[in-house]
Amino acid sequence: MTRNPQLGDKGELRHLLTTEGLPREILLRILDTARSFLSVTEREIKKVPLLRGKAVFNLFFEPSTRTRTTFEIAAKRLSADVINLSIGTSSQSKGETLLDTVANLSAMHADMFVVRHAQSGAAHLIAQHAAPHIHVINAGDGRHAHPTQALLDMFTIRHYKQEFQGLRVAIVGDVLHSRVARSQIHALTTLGVAEVRVVAPRTLLPNHVSELGVQVFHDMREALADVDVVMMLRLQNERMGGALLPSAHEYFKTYGLTPEKLAVASPDAIVMHPGPMNRGVEIDSMVADGRQSVILPQVTFGIAVRMAVMSILAGSAP
Amino acid sequence: MNLHLRGGRVIDPASGGDRRQDVFVSGGCIAALGQAPAGFRADRIIDAAGLVVCPGLVDLSVRVREPGEEHRATLESELAAAVAGGVTALCCPPDTDPPLDEPGLVEMLKHRARSLQLARLFPVGAATRGLRGERLTEMAELTDAGCVAFSQADFALADHQVLLRTLQYAGTFGYSLWLRPQDAALGRGGVAHDGQVATRLGLAPVPVAAETVALATILRLTEGTGARVHLCRLSSAEAVEMVRQAKAKGLDVTADVSANHLHLSEMDIGYFDSNCNVVPPLRDARDREALRRGLADGTIDVLCSDHTPVDDDAKQLPFGEAAPGASGVELLLPLTLKWAEQAKVPLPSALARVTLQPARLLGLDSGRIEVGAPADLCLFDPQARWTVGHDTLHSQGKNTPFYGLEMTGRALFTVVAGSIVHELRS
Repeated sequence: MTRNPQLGDKGELRHLLTTEGLPREILLRILDTARSFLSVTEREIKKVPLLRGKAVFNLFFEPSTRTRTTFEIAAKRLSADVINLSIGTSSQSKGETLLDTVANLSAMHADMFVVRHAQSGAAHLIAQHAAPHIHVINAGDGRHAHPTQALLDMFTIRHYKQEFQGLRVAIVGDVLHSRVARSQIHALTTLGVAEVRVVAPRTLLPNHVSELGVQVFHDMREALADVDVVMMLRLQNERMGGALLPSAHEYFKTYGLTPEKLAVASPDAIVMHPGPMNRGVEIDSMVADGRQSVILPQVTFGIAVRMAVMSILAGSAP
Repeated sequence: MNLHLRGGRVIDPASGGDRRQDVFVSGGCIAALGQAPAGFRADRIIDAAGLVVCPGLVDLSVRVREPGEEHRATLESELAAAVAGGVTALCCPPDTDPPLDEPGLVEMLKHRARSLQLARLFPVGAATRGLRGERLTEMAELTDAGCVAFSQADFALADHQVLLRTLQYAGTFGYSLWLRPQDAALGRGGVAHDGQVATRLGLAPVPVAAETVALATILRLTEGTGARVHLCRLSSAEAVEMVRQAKAKGLDVTADVSANHLHLSEMDIGYFDSNCNVVPPLRDARDREALRRGLADGTIDVLCSDHTPVDDDAKQLPFGEAAPGASGVELLLPLTLKWAEQAKVPLPSALARVTLQPARLLGLDSGRIEVGAPADLCLFDPQARWTVGHDTLHSQGKNTPFYGLEMTGRALFTVVAGSIVHELRS
């Protein structure tokens, strides 16, 4: 098998495609750098010149508002020029291939591509074929990976829990279709938490999920017992009504995070969600807006983490 | 043309013979072995010292992409690739555009292949019209036009009643049905084996049950129909075991495996290598071992290339969007030799899987080296090393998981009906 395509000859980060196989030192460096940017985002003048003169292209082959916006804010705070392309509605529908689109954008002197695509592996493909000076950040590819989301989740955990060692973490929901879950699992196991649990009905878990190094649960109360962190996953509406789940109502009854179910977790457990939330489906508003929720801080941290990733890739991180 | 192949190591898979001797070819057939027949005058003498002389390979699945997909390959390019790989006869599956469900299409292919004078072409007709799995094709007409068997290629026959009737109808006339066991629903949308790689990479899975459920159905429905069923492209250990048991019970079925599945597993997908997007999906190392054992012990009768040329535009896409299949007709010989060496299978026995056995399945009298047999021959250098790449592949499809890798063993001369149709000039 070929070498990890996101690392350069000296083991430096060239692209951010997945958290899988990323060395612990690189993960920690991103988190440390993000911490230094957190103060920038709170200043009156929220800009640093680390990416001045660089062109960041947001290539969104799949619609997204939140992720695209946070990448745009992060790039602008680093003083980059940001070009947003919603490609689902332009070239691809005219029959241009993915690689032709990339070649054309490379010719426009892009320095960085932020890629969101419905197919697993799309960001890898673009990284393999982009000009050598271009850095690719995977902003979500199919069911495969969403590394910046996982990194901001790690930042959040570290912010509230200081250390990863000894933590019990539960990931709740549709792991099967979730790029977020896969990236979280790899990051958590690399950072050395004590235990990663996944909990969902069998229809929403990949067959070989335990080979990712997690404990598998099907019952919320067993899964959440004494955990320090609860990471909720978004349940897509299209999963309903088929053979995966009977109804949103029944899902909420069995796997929705309510104060009662959360009560078995550690008293100071934090509750996270990558957004956007389906209140009353995967999470009760009492929990989402409750004392243990860190869902809004996650969003703020997301900007600092994306600034950190971009500046490290560009080689200009402080 | 009279040929004198001098001093080669002659391997006859039919008799197990493996000895140094001269071969004399005349009138399109093998005229004599050892001693020249009386009055023989060679038009050409080939020095075969250091070469293996064996029957030409017979490949049960080579997509020539005609009619309809000439941007991917042509009959001319793929027949040239076949003979460059030592393949003298090949079957083309019916999944063309339109599918091979009309006698006229089959006659045209046969006619064009004959005029090219390269490898022999044996079309496999569509079992149902448009491969839609609803209405039977005119099998008798198609047989007259030149079809040697009927199949659904990679289109699952979802309706079991249609499957049963297809078996009964084909069985009535003694036609062969080549079926790849795949359940239409269980693998729906899937692009990779339901294993640890698909889990890690987030690729939509195809469970082993998609193969075994369909296989159980085919085996059960075949009983009593009289149909000659050939099971194509087995991919899992469980399927091999089911075929082993069916054969032990006396069911008259045969089976094949592709060279990709014999040598690769899900791990070769690596970082989304779309050249490893093949059907059925590459499964795990245990499955691969079972396939290798099954081929060695005769549970699996035939090794084929499942040659599928794909253009770059359709392959250089995210894994799940890439057109499936791998180019391979030129790799069948070296991959057979590699398996023989690794699995410690004697060469005559290994070569039988790509010569004698498929020839028997097709009812051909080639696949053997004996006086009177057709002079369809392959002369290969078993030590020749070469690298798979744009310069070495004749096929229009350069899409192979083995791209850039070194192969050992290469056809130097290919003879069809006594004529040299390929000669590698160094």
